Amino acid sequence: MSEATSNTTPARSSPTIGAGGGFKGFMRATEIDTRMLGMIGALLVIWVGFHILSGGTFLTPRNLWNLSVQTASVGVMATGMVLVIVTRNIDLSVGSILGVTGMVMAVAQTQYISPFLGYDSGLVWIATLAVGLICGLVIGGLQGFVIAYLGVPAFIVTLGGLLVWRGAAWWVASGRTIPLTDDNFKLLGGGSDGSIGATWSWILAAVAIVLILVGALNARRQRKRFNFAQKPLWAEGFTIGISVLAVIAATIIVNSYLLPGPLARRYAEANGLAVPDGGLEISFGYAIPVLLFIGVGIVMTFIARRTRFGRYVFAIGGNPEAAELAGINTKRVTMMVFMLMGMLAAIAAAISTARLSSATNAQGTLDELYTIAAAVIGGTSLAGGAGTIAGAMLGALVMQSLQSGMVLLGMDTPLQNIVVGAVLVVAVWLDTIYRRRAA
Amino acid sequence: MSTTMETIKDHGPGHHHDHVDRSGPPLVAMEDISIAFGGIHAVDHASLDLYPGEVVALLGHNGAGKSTLIKILSGAYKRDSGEIYVRGDKASISNPRDAKAYGIETIYQTLALADNVDAAANLFLGREIMTPWGTLDDGAMEAEARKVMGRLNPNFRRFKEPVKALSGGQRQSVAIARAILFNAKILIMDEPTAALGPQETAQVADLIKELKKEEIGIFLISHDIHDVFDLSDRVVVMKNGQVVGSARTEDVTKDEVLGMIILGKCPPGATPGPGAMKD
Repeated sequence: MSEATSNTTPARSSPTIGAGGGFKGFMRATEIDTRMLGMIGALLVIWVGFHILSGGTFLTPRNLWNLSVQTASVGVMATGMVLVIVTRNIDLSVGSILGVTGMVMAVAQTQYISPFLGYDSGLVWIATLAVGLICGLVIGGLQGFVIAYLGVPAFIVTLGGLLVWRGAAWWVASGRTIPLTDDNFKLLGGGSDGSIGATWSWILAAVAIVLILVGALNARRQRKRFNFAQKPLWAEGFTIGISVLAVIAATIIVNSYLLPGPLARRYAEANGLAVPDGGLEISFGYAIPVLLFIGVGIVMTFIARRTRFGRYVFAIGGNPEAAELAGINTKRVTMMVFMLMGMLAAIAAAISTARLSSATNAQGTLDELYTIAAAVIGGTSLAGGAGTIAGAMLGALVMQSLQSGMVLLGMDTPLQNIVVGAVLVVAVWLDTIYRRRAA
Repeated sequence: MSTTMETIKDHGPGHHHDHVDRSGPPLVAMEDISIAFGGIHAVDHASLDLYPGEVVALLGHNGAGKSTLIKILSGAYKRDSGEIYVRGDKASISNPRDAKAYGIETIYQTLALADNVDAAANLFLGREIMTPWGTLDDGAMEAEARKVMGRLNPNFRRFKEPVKALSGGQRQSVAIARAILFNAKILIMDEPTAALGPQETAQVADLIKELKKEEIGIFLISHDIHDVFDLSDRVVVMKNGQVVGSARTEDVTKDEVLGMIILGKCPPGATPGPGAMKD
């Protein structure tokens, strides 16, 4: 997956792309982004490393499933942070926006929405989420307006926002912890109920595989339509094969995480299933927050690569003056980027509030730093103009893998912070070297 | 009507040696334009016009006001006073999009390219081709880009790379392609050959001759007379925000034009403007 910025394949007028020899030719033919490959490699090293160090507890279905759920909240925000950083801005307030929108959703649900719609209404979760999204949109819009139209640097506006929205979160409920009332909303946080089970996981996997095939076919048709160079068939087969295998492997993993005994019995009773002698084998399957995360990633990738807005975001990042002279309303685009970021923070808030079953005052504290780190580790250039959504999603996974791995090893929190901080700096240093060599 | 324009018309059609038809209304006429930045008159009651198929060189030192005047035409700056006419009709230009709607395209000295996206994305920046579903049609844009680049720079192959990876001449041809892609009638080129080698400069000169044939009017902005003298039909010189004078290229020598640029002294072959040195 490469944005316009990182696509380095020179197309020829010949019918297929000249593969050339060796690794370089292979990479060119398959159109795999080398940076992305490097990140996947780093992730595998981290995983295997922790697996060995922890005596074989890291690469288990249970841990990987938890890892996926824990990544979702920061990962959702990282996809928006990419666009913010690409436009040469920064958003330090996302953790606080998460805090205040989470609090607003919890208060709105318990005090207004549930009493009004009825406690067992199926609409409560949608109304709650809508309130949160609007709240995030307004906060992001306000900050974006000050940044774009009043010309205050994003660093300052969102640094102010970090304090303002954290204070506002306290103010909404006077610092109390607000438990959620709606069980449907809690599903957004995952857990044994908030997962879709083995059957649906396989159905989704099948849909994903079909989409991969359709996507590849569509790309070939587009190239044929304009008589551009085609990927060689073996390269096409290779990338499709790898993608399909990844989907199947992920599905097998989440499906082999089984409900523990008591939960499985409760599930069987609730669904009127007979408990066989050998005990029940009920799979978790994909967690709802993870599906939400993947869905957000797909939508954001679409926005970044296929819409006018996304094109303008990258053009502004590459040369703001040129974008202005090309007739792009750069102020409006900048404001919209922050509105989008606010909405994504609200989605992240829904996930983390649902996961905790309540909104707390400290929720989202320091998340802005993890979000920025995820985007930057994922290849987003702080100079602006370059970054990918998929990279940021992987970056979030890398960050979360480090953290949960260290927790698994029983490391002290201060030491965890030291490691995470050092890894961030080293990752960006390596990326700087890569960019210099690629240029 | 400005004094500059009146006097040019006084020469009458019979005096033309440069094959520019000045009988109809000018393609564009800027009249009595002024703009000040914090009390400094960057452009002071300047008038300028351009006819179809004509190349007008706008000359002057750095800070003479030529770039500012031209940025008013391209919509990057808003004038304080004065009027702009396009083909005889009053035009309202308050941003780059307005100017483009009148067929006024600008190639800036900095080229104003988004370095991080590819040639096609730059060519269509702000005017993207969309699919019926409202998404970017990158395939169609690349195909169009290949067509127009094939005309300008047949050796150009690097369509998938961000333009920062291109050479100076290649970047220049992307900027020119962007300007002519949308049927420009009036082309503004700011220091078009300043960053180019001799071969690329010759390429740009050939291109200008081609565009003249298509009845496109061209403003060449330069501080160096040698870059543009041979390419232009007419020179207009600015100094301290005012027009020193204008002259058909065949009526003056390079040295006389240099005198206009440096001293503000109008030679006999030129029509003096408000900024001409008074004897």
